[in-house]
Amino acid sequence: MVNLIIDGKNVTVPKDTMVLEAARSAGVNIPTLCAHEAISRSGSCRLCVVEVKKGHRTRIVTSCLYPVEEGLIVDTRSERVQNVRRLVLELLLARCPKSDVLQKLALDLGVDPHPRFVPDTDKGKCILCRSCVRVCEEVVGVSAIGMSSRGSHKTVGPPFKEASSVCIGCGACVYVCPTGHIVMQSTGDKRKIWRRTFKMQACEKCGKYFAPVDQLKFISKKTGTPYKELAVCTECR
Amino acid sequence: MTNVSEIRKKTKLIVKKYSGDKSALIAVLQDIQEAFNYLPKDALAAAAKALGIPVSRVYEVATFYTAFSLKPRGEHVVKICMGTACHVRGAAAIQDKMERTLCIKPGETTPDQKFSLETVNCVGACALGPVVVINTEYHGQMTMAKVDKIIGKIKEGGAQS
Repeated sequence: MVNLIIDGKNVTVPKDTMVLEAARSAGVNIPTLCAHEAISRSGSCRLCVVEVKKGHRTRIVTSCLYPVEEGLIVDTRSERVQNVRRLVLELLLARCPKSDVLQKLALDLGVDPHPRFVPDTDKGKCILCRSCVRVCEEVVGVSAIGMSSRGSHKTVGPPFKEASSVCIGCGACVYVCPTGHIVMQSTGDKRKIWRRTFKMQACEKCGKYFAPVDQLKFISKKTGTPYKELAVCTECR
Repeated sequence: MTNVSEIRKKTKLIVKKYSGDKSALIAVLQDIQEAFNYLPKDALAAAAKALGIPVSRVYEVATFYTAFSLKPRGEHVVKICMGTACHVRGAAAIQDKMERTLCIKPGETTPDQKFSLETVNCVGACALGPVVVINTEYHGQMTMAKVDKIIGKIKEGGAQS
């Protein structure tokens, strides 16, 4: 176990815990966008910054990637931290002015409503945190989407900007996206995502469309469960 | 034009050269570009399969580096250095002249597939600035007159330069 101080509170957590988790266990809230329990950490949204004091030096670090240390003094809302966080949010908001998640965060953190940076109009709500790419690779295991280009042209999507042949239409990327950039439309027996239309499977008992056929086929292949068993929705199973 | 099966065959041979090592992806892509003058879509897919890397990841790498091109390029690739030293010594004027001589903008290829024009940020030959690299040959201390001379020479001789 490791002892540290977070916002003046004594906290004892197991070794290898990240400062973010330690703070949450002590009831201290740190805003985050890209930290998700289902995927590995990347520290790309930079909103979870905190000030850590070790000896006589203080540093600004991303709490989601900073492991706890004995005797560490963490300040999650010092003036310096707040300034960094506000700047990060201003930059994110300049990229995605239409994102309601960012707008709400800006309100919570007291970001000046007059934009300092010229807002982008073509980036949608994507903050390039790579969460969707990670979930597709680590959890789903198909790697249907990835980043392309770089700098201001960097975008997320399937390769060659066309419908991916390996995508199973599971929607995990939609689920982890912190800002709601990825659009998935499910209407009746069709589901549209990443420029591709998937046929949905109707539950054999209740008749509700509950999952894309491709996804069930993928699960069947992966787990060896017969397709027939999977063609019943989770509620009727 | 190279057909799909030929592209796949060539790509497989290239991957084999690196014994299917995943970490050799960039080297593989460089060799593919060397073979076809650009990165054909089928070659990327074949390379991904042979290396055991998702296509999305290969596409990520291929689009990240400006040295890779996913569009077919001309026989002669003209790279104008826009690095600081070349810029100060008048690279912009050279670019302007080159655009007018070849009738294309950077990133484009002439309709006869002879020339492609690119701007690069530094070729590491600052003492020679302004520099223009045509295929692998460096032309230092470029002037407007030299642009006509060099391009004319390539056009008439079809000489490898």
